Amino acid sequence: MTAFRSLARAQLLGWSRDRAAVFFTVLFPLLFLLLFGSLFKGASAPHITLLQNGPVVLFDSMTPDQRAQLNEEVTLVRDDDQADALEKVRNGDDDGLVSQGPDGRLVLRYSVADATRAATVQGVVNGIVQQANQDASHAPPTYVLQASQVEDLSTKPIQYLTPGLLGWAIATSGTFTAALTLVVWRKKFILRRLRLAPVRLPAVVAAPVAVTLLVALLQTAVFLGVATLPYYGLKLTGQWWIALPLVLSGSLAFMSIGLLVGSWAKTEQTATAAAQLIVLPMAFLSGSFFPLDSAPGWLKTISTVLPLHHLSTAMQNVLTRGGGWGDALPTIGGLLLFTAVLTLLAVRLFRWDDA
Amino acid sequence: MTAAIAAEGLRKRYGDVQAVDGVDLEVKSGEFFGVLGPNGAGKTTTLEILEGLRKPDEGSARVLGLSPWPRNSALLPRIGVQLQASAFFERLTAREQIVTFGSLYGVGAARADAMLARVGLADSAGTAAEKLSGGQGQRLAIACALVHDPELLFLDEPTTGLDPQARRNLWDLLREINAEGRTVVLTTHYLDEAEILCDRVAVMDHGRILKTDPPATLVRELDAPTRLTVESGRLTADRARELLAGSGTRADVADDGVTLTIATRTPAPVLALLAEQDALRGLEVRGATLEDVFLQLTGREYRA
Ligand SMILES: Nc1ncnc2c1ncn2[C@@H]1O[C@H](COP(=O)(O)OP(=O)(O)OP(=O)(O)O)[C@@H](O)[C@H]1O
Ligand SMILES: [Mg+2]
Repeated sequence: MTAFRSLARAQLLGWSRDRAAVFFTVLFPLLFLLLFGSLFKGASAPHITLLQNGPVVLFDSMTPDQRAQLNEEVTLVRDDDQADALEKVRNGDDDGLVSQGPDGRLVLRYSVADATRAATVQGVVNGIVQQANQDASHAPPTYVLQASQVEDLSTKPIQYLTPGLLGWAIATSGTFTAALTLVVWRKKFILRRLRLAPVRLPAVVAAPVAVTLLVALLQTAVFLGVATLPYYGLKLTGQWWIALPLVLSGSLAFMSIGLLVGSWAKTEQTATAAAQLIVLPMAFLSGSFFPLDSAPGWLKTISTVLPLHHLSTAMQNVLTRGGGWGDALPTIGGLLLFTAVLTLLAVRLFRWDDA
Repeated sequence: MTAAIAAEGLRKRYGDVQAVDGVDLEVKSGEFFGVLGPNGAGKTTTLEILEGLRKPDEGSARVLGLSPWPRNSALLPRIGVQLQASAFFERLTAREQIVTFGSLYGVGAARADAMLARVGLADSAGTAAEKLSGGQGQRLAIACALVHDPELLFLDEPTTGLDPQARRNLWDLLREINAEGRTVVLTTHYLDEAEILCDRVAVMDHGRILKTDPPATLVRELDAPTRLTVESGRLTADRARELLAGSGTRADVADDGVTLTIATRTPAPVLALLAEQDALRGLEVRGATLEDVFLQLTGREYRA
């Protein structure tokens, strides 16, 4: 036990002093989160600003309730200088200009420079008009359309990005730490030196594993801490903490990949390259950076055999979709099985020495 | 008293290279034993077999009465090893290294600190191992090998890369360690080191031990001529030969323009003759050394 403790301590000290390792395992993925989180913020439902030119009965006669509801989708601004307002719409500052003609007809002018916004602004104004007509007729509607988005309402990009990028971060640090530790310890004769000390192999292996798990938890804490800031607005659902066992089993799975790489690779360079060649494509194919919803079918098929895909999906379920143990357990089991198989393989390839 | 090390017929092959080719070895308890040999002689490989790092292809070894292979956890705490290439954890200070190694053996930090002070590294305790000088690194490796108070110490070229002062300091340390009753096995390229430190020396080449004896015996048995050198100029080589032949003294004479060298087994009459000729300026008399033993045994000029 003392052997394990002191080796783990040595590993942790060494890791914390390795600025590159700290940067690439914790800060680099976090930068991605900050960047993507800001870029895609609110991208799913563009907020519309609408200019009102002159009196428009429909808007002016709204009850405060109706107005509040309108404000959820649209910011309505009064601008009575028609030329100025038109110019604002033309250059994209605002999305539409509404005025009422003498015959009571509503006129909407918009720009098609941004197709999404053009469609949204038409939809919104049209909806208001329909509703007003409906209300004016005092008859119940014959047909009712209830539209709802398939990704439930909570799916803002941050809800998706957090588990995806966190999965990628854990995959990176697990694979790299295991592979590089093994190669460096072998090359620097630390393995050989440890073999001369009365320590048991499990303690030698457990120390870096424990440190990597600790780092994975640290990554999770930092990610969730940042993503739940009001600016990014991640909303965690009920049993979000089930993500922790998921993170741990995911970290183990990727360490086993790293062990395999480290058992095979002779130099740090080879190990780094091999680890990157495995993790980066896997991250893309698993949808860590972009949703695979619109990806071709064969790609989705590939992703189903990738551990990172399962890890990210399960984390997304428990973190943001109200999932529970039912979502997590099969994944945890699968990841642990994966770990066991790869570790066995790595043990077969393991060498204390280069020769 | 049981032997600290007893090995018979050790052989180890790497592909085409027969690194160790039938080594028999017996090291007594408390002995300071040296293994001397040129690069690639098989010294490190022999040590690695004894330490339990490699399985010999053939032969058997007992270390402190135990078998080193397979990895023997009863033996490991009783031996200390300094590897030829030092093995340190990355980005840890000297103190953290030795404390870590110590704790692998259940040794506390106080003892680790004491060991660090003993090898003269107390001032460098906070320096990262990567930043230690070559000699400081060697001393740290030795401290790490000694931290758990082993009975038997293996040192693979401990003084390589040290300056003369550091080398002498390390010799003092090694002698103290040996005086405490610990058996020390050391490999070296330095003949003076072997001569000064070792009770017995094994001369090794091409994976075999050519001879094992105390350094003095090796030199004496060589029965090599004594070499007298004086400044050139007083006496020409031809004149010297003539005079020596006249007095019936057998000797080889050579002059390289700087020194006149006379090699003989009967130095007294030669000295008398040089004195007679008033040719004693810069006189040096040198008996055979391990260097000559090495040359004779391996057939190679010694290159450190
Ligand atoms: N791991 C290895 N794989 C292949 N060949 C090896 C290995 N280790 C040593 N050898 C070869 O075995 C021979 C003996 O090597 P060894 O390291 O035992 O010599 P040495 O006497 O310690 O030399 P040096 O004085 O240079 O340290 C050399 O020819 C070397 O090339
Ligand atoms: Mg060697």
